Amino acid sequence: MSNRSIAAGALIALAVAGLAPVQALAQSTIKVDGSSTVFPITEAVAEEFQKANRGVRVTVGISGTGGGFKKFCRGETDLSNASRPILKSEIDDCAKAGVQYIEIPVAFDALTVAVNPKNTWVSAITIAELKKMWEPAAKGTVMKWKDVKAGWPDQPLKLYGAGADSGTFDYFTEAVTGKAKASRSDFTASEDDNVLVTGIENDRNALGFIPYAYFQPHAAKMKALAIDEGKGKGAVSPSEKTVVDGTYSPLSRPLFVYINVKALDRAEVRNFLDFYLKSQALIKEVKYVALPDQAYAIARERIAKKTVGTAFGGHPEVGLPILELLKREPKV
Amino acid sequence: MAATDTVSTDRTPPSRGFGATERIQRARRAEAAFVGLGIVVTSVGAVTLMALLGGLLSDGWARLTPEFFGNFPSRRATQAGILAAWVGSLLVVLVCAFVAVPVGVAAGVYLEEYARRNWITDVIEINVNNLAGVPSIVYGLLALGVLVYGLGLGQSVATAGLTLALLILPIVIVATRESVRAVPYSIREAAYGVGATKWQVTSHHVLPYASPGISTGVIIGLSRALGETAPLVMIGALSFIAFLPTPPVRDSFPYISFQWLLDPFTVMPIQMFNWVSRPDPAFQANAAAAGLVLLVMTLAMNGFAIWFRIRMRSKIKW
Repeated sequence: MSNRSIAAGALIALAVAGLAPVQALAQSTIKVDGSSTVFPITEAVAEEFQKANRGVRVTVGISGTGGGFKKFCRGETDLSNASRPILKSEIDDCAKAGVQYIEIPVAFDALTVAVNPKNTWVSAITIAELKKMWEPAAKGTVMKWKDVKAGWPDQPLKLYGAGADSGTFDYFTEAVTGKAKASRSDFTASEDDNVLVTGIENDRNALGFIPYAYFQPHAAKMKALAIDEGKGKGAVSPSEKTVVDGTYSPLSRPLFVYINVKALDRAEVRNFLDFYLKSQALIKEVKYVALPDQAYAIARERIAKKTVGTAFGGHPEVGLPILELLKREPKV
Repeated sequence: MAATDTVSTDRTPPSRGFGATERIQRARRAEAAFVGLGIVVTSVGAVTLMALLGGLLSDGWARLTPEFFGNFPSRRATQAGILAAWVGSLLVVLVCAFVAVPVGVAAGVYLEEYARRNWITDVIEINVNNLAGVPSIVYGLLALGVLVYGLGLGQSVATAGLTLALLILPIVIVATRESVRAVPYSIREAAYGVGATKWQVTSHHVLPYASPGISTGVIIGLSRALGETAPLVMIGALSFIAFLPTPPVRDSFPYISFQWLLDPFTVMPIQMFNWVSRPDPAFQANAAAAGLVLLVMTLAMNGFAIWFRIRMRSKIKW
């Protein structure tokens, strides 16, 4: 018996000794979390980075832009993926926890409004019509296509969109109804964009909004609508060209990565960001639109100078041209 | 089973006058109807499993290459593999078993053999039975609050193992109690009769005889843990992991390392979940292949449980 207890004691001692140097080792993991829209980009970068730098670990989580900022502002993650700029409440959370951050735009996404290919009555839509469909007042009243515009069929209007935890939802509602998160609640909401894709593909009366990266692989089974901002410039279809030249407005949006300034003390984080900002080819491969080279130069400068803060002041903005975005100085 | 029952009732009973034959015939028809219904109902389960297996096989078979087991996840569907996922699943189930088995078996034995019948025991009993029915995502919430933040374990193998251990604890306890209860009382009386203490009776006789039942319950519980997703998504395990946890052996003192317990992880069902939600349809084949592997792992565990029980039972003579 006493032999056994000695063995047990030794085992526990070993366990404690084994756990002791945890802190030193845990440092080499770069933790990223946040938006599912930005995930494919950061994942591709992380994959290639880890192939080039053996021994450095990168984890990329998916908990939505809002969920990601919650963790980021508690100091749990090093980088946060975001499909919209940081909001006022999140800025406050970060300030409370003493987390300072650097904001860098990494790519553009075209939020795509898609319908079923059997939908013959619409190929372009104005923001005003979208507003009529999606605004909170539409709940229970705008139930058929003909309720939106005279001449459209007397068919039920089936709406599909991102869930309320996602930055995609925040951006779309801001762009369409004029207020972030202000939307009717009686639509099929899912954080999983494939649920929306399937819904639109199988329902003749469906209309939904999804990131372009989800639309593109299914382009044969869906129809992307051209968007008319209503400023006399006519309707524009989403494509890499219209996003870069700023005409696909207001539904093209910048995607961001936020960096905890403290994490920059670690060489592997600096290397990872350096790698990230040279990954235009990867961004194209995962169906997003890379920013102009100038943008990545500015991002590198922000990191080198540790320019903290956001260029947006905590208020969501839509339809921002790329150059405008770059000219802005971040403020705390 | 049903077929042999009909054969045994097929003997014609002695006629008891007019009307009796008719009643007997009606009873026979009812019998036949029930057998038919039984066959249909039983085959629903089997057919569903077959259809599922067939669907997964046709979608995922082509992806089941050695590289699939040896590659990390990737943005390219054809290069993506389940290495991080199956290693993670294995480690998580290991931690889970390491915690749930001793605690669950001890609790079950205590409740059955030692605990006095009073209201505290009743409350514990009701609690355990209710816990077995709590939705798994609730365990995820508990783990998020207590393990991830309270104890600061983060999104680690240890957190996942402990969460799943909590989840299957009621299963292990109930299985232990049932098996312990099934041991004939005469065996205990014989042992007491020759002067054994309660602990000797339990450890020398009751536990060995109950072990086939206990281990079946444990393995069924573990195979459930293997397929569980919701509580792990809750603790934030949904992520891209392209590395393995730290190996448990080191080349310097103290030679073993428990760092892997605190490493981030991914498991099979979460890897599947991730692939299913990707834009590129090619990933659906990967998800099917991973599902196939997971299904085979679960079926193998259940098969092992059955084999183990039969083997152990045949050794017990009472």
